[in-house]
Amino acid sequence: MSNKLNHSMSLATPDATDISKKQKIALAIGITGLFILALALLNVNFPNKGLFLTIALGLISVGTIFYARDAYLTKLEGIKNDGQWFKSISSRGLWGWTLGIVLTIFYIVLYFYPKYLGLGQGVNGTNTGLIALFDPLSQFLSGNNASEWFVYGALYTVAILVFGYKFILKYRHNKYQQLRTVSVMFFQTAFAFVIPELMARLNSDSFSLPYNDLKNMWPLNYYAFDQWRVDQFINAQSIGLFFLILGVVTIFVISPILTYKYGKRWYCSWVCGCGGLAETAGDSFRHLSDKGVKAWKFERWMINSVLVFSVIMTTAVISTFLGYDSQKYWFTKNVFLISVGVFLTLLFAGVLYYKRQQINKSALKGAFGFYALTIAFLVFFAFFDLSQIKINASYFSFGLNNKTYNFDSALRTFYGFGIGSIFSGVIGTGFYPILGSRAWCRFGCPMAGILGIQQRLFSKFRITTNGGQCISCGNCSNSCEMGIDVRSYAQKGENIVRSSCVGCGICSAVCPRGVLKLENDSMEGRINSNEILLGNDVNLINLVNQNTK
Amino acid sequence: MEHIVIIGNGISGVTAARYIRKLSDKKITIISAETNYFFSRTALMYVYMGHMKFEHTQPYENWFWEKNKINLKQGFVKHIDTASKTLQFSEGDTLAYDKLIIATGSKPNKFGWPGQDLDGVMGMYHKQDLENLEKYAPNNKVCKRTVIVGGGLIGIELAEMLNSRNIPVTFLVRESSFWNGVLPEGESAMLNRHIKNHHIDLRLGVNLKEITSDSNGKVKSVIVAETGEEISCDVVGLTAGVSPNIDFIKDSNIETGRGVKVNRYLETNIPDVYAIGDCAEQHEPIGQRRSIEAVWYTGRMMGETLAQTICGNRLEYKPGHWFNSAKFLDIEYQTYGWVFSRPRENEAHFHWKHEDDTKCITICYNTINNKFLGINTFGIRMRHEVFDTWLTEKRDVDYVIKHLVEANFDPEFYKHYEAEIFSAYQNNLQTI
Ligand SMILES: Cc1cc2nc3c(=O)[nH]c(=O)nc-3n(C[C@H](O)[C@H](O)[C@H](O)COP(=O)(O)OP(=O)(O)OC[C@H]3O[C@@H](n4cnc5c(N)ncnc54)[C@H](O)[C@@H]3O)c2cc1C
Ligand code: SF4
Ligand code: SF4
Repeated sequence: MSNKLNHSMSLATPDATDISKKQKIALAIGITGLFILALALLNVNFPNKGLFLTIALGLISVGTIFYARDAYLTKLEGIKNDGQWFKSISSRGLWGWTLGIVLTIFYIVLYFYPKYLGLGQGVNGTNTGLIALFDPLSQFLSGNNASEWFVYGALYTVAILVFGYKFILKYRHNKYQQLRTVSVMFFQTAFAFVIPELMARLNSDSFSLPYNDLKNMWPLNYYAFDQWRVDQFINAQSIGLFFLILGVVTIFVISPILTYKYGKRWYCSWVCGCGGLAETAGDSFRHLSDKGVKAWKFERWMINSVLVFSVIMTTAVISTFLGYDSQKYWFTKNVFLISVGVFLTLLFAGVLYYKRQQINKSALKGAFGFYALTIAFLVFFAFFDLSQIKINASYFSFGLNNKTYNFDSALRTFYGFGIGSIFSGVIGTGFYPILGSRAWCRFGCPMAGILGIQQRLFSKFRITTNGGQCISCGNCSNSCEMGIDVRSYAQKGENIVRSSCVGCGICSAVCPRGVLKLENDSMEGRINSNEILLGNDVNLINLVNQNTK
Repeated sequence: MEHIVIIGNGISGVTAARYIRKLSDKKITIISAETNYFFSRTALMYVYMGHMKFEHTQPYENWFWEKNKINLKQGFVKHIDTASKTLQFSEGDTLAYDKLIIATGSKPNKFGWPGQDLDGVMGMYHKQDLENLEKYAPNNKVCKRTVIVGGGLIGIELAEMLNSRNIPVTFLVRESSFWNGVLPEGESAMLNRHIKNHHIDLRLGVNLKEITSDSNGKVKSVIVAETGEEISCDVVGLTAGVSPNIDFIKDSNIETGRGVKVNRYLETNIPDVYAIGDCAEQHEPIGQRRSIEAVWYTGRMMGETLAQTICGNRLEYKPGHWFNSAKFLDIEYQTYGWVFSRPRENEAHFHWKHEDDTKCITICYNTINNKFLGINTFGIRMRHEVFDTWLTEKRDVDYVIKHLVEANFDPEFYKHYEAEIFSAYQNNLQTI
């Protein structure tokens, strides 16, 4: 993949792919909306905040909708990728880099310096600036003033909604694309935004639930089992217990069943918010992911390391609060650690026993290493009181953070900072125009890691290739946001069974020869590899395919 | 170590090389005058349309060749000396071979039209054609109109390419309806309408008389034979078919006709010289196939077969059931078995078209024993494997229509048309 810069400042080059007059007007409308937000950011104090917020979000939405309609509805139904590698914004040109830098800065401010967004900067800790602009909406939903996370959530939801609309128009010939986009739009709006805000209304002095996005499960939601959350759930009586148990059941029962039946796509491209943003606002950048074998190797180490880290970190956090407070919970520290150890061992042994033929040597080595590491940590946690081990963060943060942490909260803090903020936010989304839309999902998401392992080993999902019809054109690989070299399978007539595939279905949509189909079918013969493709001499096909099996 | 030299790094030459490498450790050299690395010719259009960059059309990463010990050499073979088993390059050097595979592909047809070599007149076959097009038709300000001559698969792709940059296209097609030498009437007519819906100026039943030049030797206009109309344009695309790219072989001892003549083992008249892919011409056509098969799949299959022969398992080229595919602007097309533009003796067609005018199928069957012979499908994806099995099992047409849903390969949640097709088929029977 080339990283050559495209220096054109125009949104489109060559100029033949110029945008139309209507699209320019639409852009201007959208930018006006953004401009209002920018003014708020610069502390312009709007008189009627509710009105101006409505105008700003309204203009952004209208602009995008208007743009999308002109871009897609003026043409016949079909694949609409013309010029995506010419446009500066979608080919790592100057506009692409500019957008990437702006988004990155936004994320850094959001995570680490929310005061610049106006958080608590007014009299008596009221908000100013951008966050104040969102106060009326927050008041309307939850009854409280906005926080930086409320602003982020609102903008995030608007982005998924308007770009989701654009995506639906772009793929208006493709029912699969439309349905899954409606699905992510729904889950983002209802589950991630409106319901948790409304539930906050139930909170009182005697009763309080943590902010709970029902679809956001551990380990994506790495703080799911932090003590304060668990405590709040337990204190909130039956409702709280219900949510706590639901969370655990989702992880250990519902998710494995759905992944078995449909592959990880049920979550990654139908439900998840990170995936939702990648599929909608990130759609213009999907082709930028690196398809090389090196990137794939890096991906396998990276994502599994994050997964192991998240397991170790969560175990450390839970075992510590069980350790000094065990009469409050059902578990003691040691029962917990032993259960985790036994569970992981059974899982590991089961996989080895049933799936040994499907795991290659290097994967086996990696898996064994990761397993041993996890068990070593469990033993370590069992014999030491983590709250007594003090760690001075300044050694790890170039002196930026001088606090001293207990071992467990050091792990937790480091995870939250490194993975939760930098990886998923700053790199994951800020770098859309550089790394493609799913860098986080591909390299960093522990949830994708777990679902991926299951998808590779215990799932009915696969992408079927259509006999000998592939012409090796490369449209599929080019469009794969997860950087899977789909063509390398399709041209061998081999089904695509890859842990990273999020089942977005775009490879299938763009294939000009109808070669790819996402399917749930029996596990038997799911992973095949044909040496000679269908269409050739039957004897030759048999001869060669037998020899290589 | 035996040295296998392959002229041509297209799908056929590269497939042969890959399989020879799998089966042996012979020394392998691939020669090309076109590009350093193998790329997918079928994807050229997507580069001009901006869907992909050129490097994305390369199915293997660049390290692949060295890792598999396949030598790549750039150069144009000028002459093959079969007596001394050496190749002479136009760059002056030579290369000795033990076995030679000719896989030089095709070149665009030119029928001696006046003006066919002017600047701005081009075929669409090689990477150089793409670069040429980028030069003469970068946008609709430099290129105000293009005339495409010849209504086949490459012509329609060229039209789609230019359309993506909003360059007006006039499409001169000799036949009375688009590609109706191959497609049955109903399908061809549907495509005529689809092409026009894309604002392409489709002219049916017309021939090119001449291409006129401006004072700089660049194309100025095209004159239509039938009407004498002059259409001014900046680019002319010649897409009236392709023929084997074998001019440099004509003065060797290797027997040629339109292509390099080969037997069923893909051997030429000279020992240790073979030909595969677009440039090979069978002495006798195989079954209903043409003697020169200029498609991707057959090139690949010949490469797979020849690798066996070269590595000691002498094997006949025996392709299975015919299949092919293409895309006409937004409409995908697949075919399995044989459906000719007009039913042959004892054949009949069943045709169904959806009311939205973008989907249809035609099934060809034998009227005496009802045997299913082939299907053309537009806008509905079908499973290769299922039709391959049905053809092998010699199913009859009733069976195929009844079980059509098993062959459906459309993405999930797509609307199904099998019920509609089934009832159309039933009605059809009653009216006969
Ligand atoms: C635009 C386009 C779209 C197509 N789409 C489809 C499709 O959708 N489906 C399909 O089935 N088929 C399609 N085809 C046809 C398909 O691409 C060809 O059948 C196939 O590429 C032929 O492969 P080949 O290996 O025989 O030859 P080629 O791919 O032509 O490779 C031959 C190579 O040999 C080189 N060469 C020739 N002579 C010499 C010499 N003397 N010295 C050195 N090098 C030499 C040439 O430069 C060339 O690089 C398409 C073709 C084109 C042009
Ligand atoms: S392989 Fe296809 S379905 Fe899977 S992530 Fe890539 S583009 Fe999406
Ligand atoms: S898009 Fe389709 S034809 Fe092209 S390489 Fe991928 S599977 Fe093959």
